[in-house]
Amino acid sequence: MTTTEMMTLKTEPFVLNFGPVHPSTHGVYRMRATLDGEVIIDIEPVVGYLHRGIEKLAEERTYTGFIPLTDRLDYISPMSNNLAYCLAVEKLAGIKVPERAEYIRIIIAELQRLANHCVAVGSFLNDAGAYFTPFMYTFREREKIIDLFDMVCGQRLTYNYMRIGGVSQDIPEEFMPALKKLVDQLTRFIEEYERLLKQNEILLARAKDVGILPRETAINYGISGPVARASGVKWDLRKADPYSIYDRFEFDIPVGETGDCYDRYRVRIEEMRQSLRILKQAMKDIPSGPVKADVPHLVRPPAGEAYAHLEAPKGELGFYLVSDGSIAPYRCHIRPTSLINLGALREMVRGWKVADLIIIFGSIDITMGEVDR
Amino acid sequence: MTIADAVINSLPMQATVTPDWPGGYWWHWLFFTVLLIVFVLCMVMGAIYIERRGMARMQSRLGPNRTGPFGLLQAVADAIKVLLKENIVPDKADKLVHWLAPVIAFAPAMMIFAVVPFQDGALLADLNIGILYVVAISSVSTVGVFMAGWGSSNKYSLLGAMRNVAAVVSYEMPLVLAIVGVVMVAGSLSLNQIVLAQDIPFFLVQPLGFLIFFIAGCAEINRSPFDLMEADSELVAGFHTEYSGMKFAMFYLVEYAEAIAISAIIATIFLGGWRGPFLPDWLWFIVKVFVVFFLMVWTRTTLPRVRIDQLMALAWKFLFPLALINLFITAVQVMFWPPALPWLMVVVNIVIMVILVVSWSKFFKLGWGRLEV
Amino acid sequence: MKFERYGIGIVKGLSVTIRHMLRHPTVDQFPEQRLNISRRTRGNELIWSRERCTGCGTCAKTCPQGVIEIVTATNLADNKYEVEKYQVDTGYCIQCGLCVEACPYDALFMGYSYERAKYRRGDLVQANDELQESPERPASGYFHPDIAKKLPQQTLLVEKIVEKR
Repeated sequence: MTTTEMMTLKTEPFVLNFGPVHPSTHGVYRMRATLDGEVIIDIEPVVGYLHRGIEKLAEERTYTGFIPLTDRLDYISPMSNNLAYCLAVEKLAGIKVPERAEYIRIIIAELQRLANHCVAVGSFLNDAGAYFTPFMYTFREREKIIDLFDMVCGQRLTYNYMRIGGVSQDIPEEFMPALKKLVDQLTRFIEEYERLLKQNEILLARAKDVGILPRETAINYGISGPVARASGVKWDLRKADPYSIYDRFEFDIPVGETGDCYDRYRVRIEEMRQSLRILKQAMKDIPSGPVKADVPHLVRPPAGEAYAHLEAPKGELGFYLVSDGSIAPYRCHIRPTSLINLGALREMVRGWKVADLIIIFGSIDITMGEVDR
Repeated sequence: MTIADAVINSLPMQATVTPDWPGGYWWHWLFFTVLLIVFVLCMVMGAIYIERRGMARMQSRLGPNRTGPFGLLQAVADAIKVLLKENIVPDKADKLVHWLAPVIAFAPAMMIFAVVPFQDGALLADLNIGILYVVAISSVSTVGVFMAGWGSSNKYSLLGAMRNVAAVVSYEMPLVLAIVGVVMVAGSLSLNQIVLAQDIPFFLVQPLGFLIFFIAGCAEINRSPFDLMEADSELVAGFHTEYSGMKFAMFYLVEYAEAIAISAIIATIFLGGWRGPFLPDWLWFIVKVFVVFFLMVWTRTTLPRVRIDQLMALAWKFLFPLALINLFITAVQVMFWPPALPWLMVVVNIVIMVILVVSWSKFFKLGWGRLEV
Repeated sequence: MKFERYGIGIVKGLSVTIRHMLRHPTVDQFPEQRLNISRRTRGNELIWSRERCTGCGTCAKTCPQGVIEIVTATNLADNKYEVEKYQVDTGYCIQCGLCVEACPYDALFMGYSYERAKYRRGDLVQANDELQESPERPASGYFHPDIAKKLPQQTLLVEKIVEKR
């Protein structure tokens, strides 16, 4: 028999489109992934499906009238967006916020962080395949938090609660007892949730050492928030550049070691525990007094520019405002946390499989409202 | 005298129909065929009910409870809805393959029930190679799934179908080896004889075999945690993305009918079939099938999904060697264990299972990591 | 945390799930059982009080969407503004509540109800007497603490909700 040469199969990579409408891209996000079998060689993101021109609209609304629009940026945690914008205007106009308003702001911001991490963890595990069970558990807890927000400001998603110079109305009397019960129930809930999933072998096999983001890469890309902290970057704006009255509370910053998906999940759970700690301290010390500084509705800050940033649940959210002395900003630019965090997706995903793409994308925790503005 | 001798001497001669059946062969066949079709459809409706209500209660919500009393007619409502939908076939699809796929996927799920005993001697066909027939027939439905994936001319479907074929072929091995262990202890391939030989239910005598069969069975029928063939959050719907109307209903039916079939096989060869004290025999059989099915629902609710290479690693590196070791130990026990102490064998087997499962998991790597692209 | 792989994590997870099955589901069967909504809710409609309104137009200037349209005429007999037309396009309204906050005469209220869909888009534009308060259109306590005290307490999920069959 003559020797025959080995018949090799010719393979070529093909492009798969994870369209804007997909069960697990969080919002309208489109990726064109070049796959070789199941292995991902490259991805090309396409964003812009939710662009509404919020930065341009800011120039046509008044300073106070723009607050409802900031709700629609990161619609999972709107209170943080409101707060960031109000901080920027207060910095621009030099307004001082009363004490009670500062405490209320901190309580609301930490509750919002808890609610956001509920969504983040729940949908991360939903993408990993646990068929809605952890999702339902975390959303049940988020409902409790949203009930409190409903009690305070009347809506469940687009709150419009923070005003320039404080908050819009005082908290009602039944808020504090309900908050106490909530803090107890959430502490027990996190323990039970950890029992469900912390040591689960399948989750460990899916998420440990998957999608590693090295520390230097994270710093170079400008990643912030739990994603950066999981990679070992010990940077939290509440401690590094304290805004409002965060320097009066004591809490720790959880930092991960490897920067894989499992570390991001653990960092978020630990942040939830630290938020509960801050809430307990704030509930004890809250003073009484006015809740809003005496600021007219049509604020006219002096001409100038200001940038204020805060530690939103997803990362560093910043507002850059340029004012020319009139009732509307001259220019408003938003530092979009999710868009900048998304920049590292390509690095993290090459060499992994399709199933890992979904889980890595879910662990960054993106909201398209912020990416596209 | 060892167990093997005692069993071999008591095998009666087989006939395919018991001699006291009125009307002879053809009436027996007609009666059982109609009974089986009705049985499978009713059990599928019951299975859908248990799954939806059970899974919902575990997620702290209710399941369907408006259609009919306690929501019992939900499956009927689903069937009617699906029948009224338009049947859409993609333009570039291979029409014959696309049409034939659900039929080929469904027929084996029904045919498995021909050899499952409902009572002593109450089978459609008391084949003396019963379990071998089951193993052979259950592999045919994979051909149907692959035809579905190929004939849809859709990359997502093809990806799902490829994964399915790879998984089913890998998990056949541990499945069959677990069955061989039971066959050795019972001494016959006929399912009726296996039930009659279970004075102690075989899940105590063969605990490792039960575990391996359960895991391999879940993987064969694409149930969570191995349901990446129809992973909702990754590939929209896997191989049945392009199906609508009655053909989709057939695939849905196939999934539950196979789940019931595997539960029936487990109930027959591991839990003791129709044997039990007070209730009539066929009622015990139904109860045991539903208990095993509930176990599958429980694991589906709790566990996240594995990735495809982790699935293969689990089959080849964990289940297959353990199945071989189980076979070896069973063979040694069947030859040399004195038949007077069966309960000691139970204890020894359970201890061996625990040692093997705990120690084997250290020896293999579950899946590849990141590949260099 | 050691990375062990022999299945103890799976068993713990299974125990949590089965315990949930024995608990009460956190569900409310909607059309038959309804929860009480917040006393300060910013519901789906706007309520206007003709007696108190003076036609100053602060609400129209404050609204970020520009949905309020006011047409006034001077009534020379009484020497005051008379509001001829007060029209709100509730389709564009985002229920932010800035108008209620801004009104100096407390003439505006947010609505307390939430099932206010209409069959035609034209019906969403409401004017004058359609905007008055009535038993079908109760007012909510957003920025009106006296009304908020009279409304029922909000059902909170942190209290135990028992589902009645």
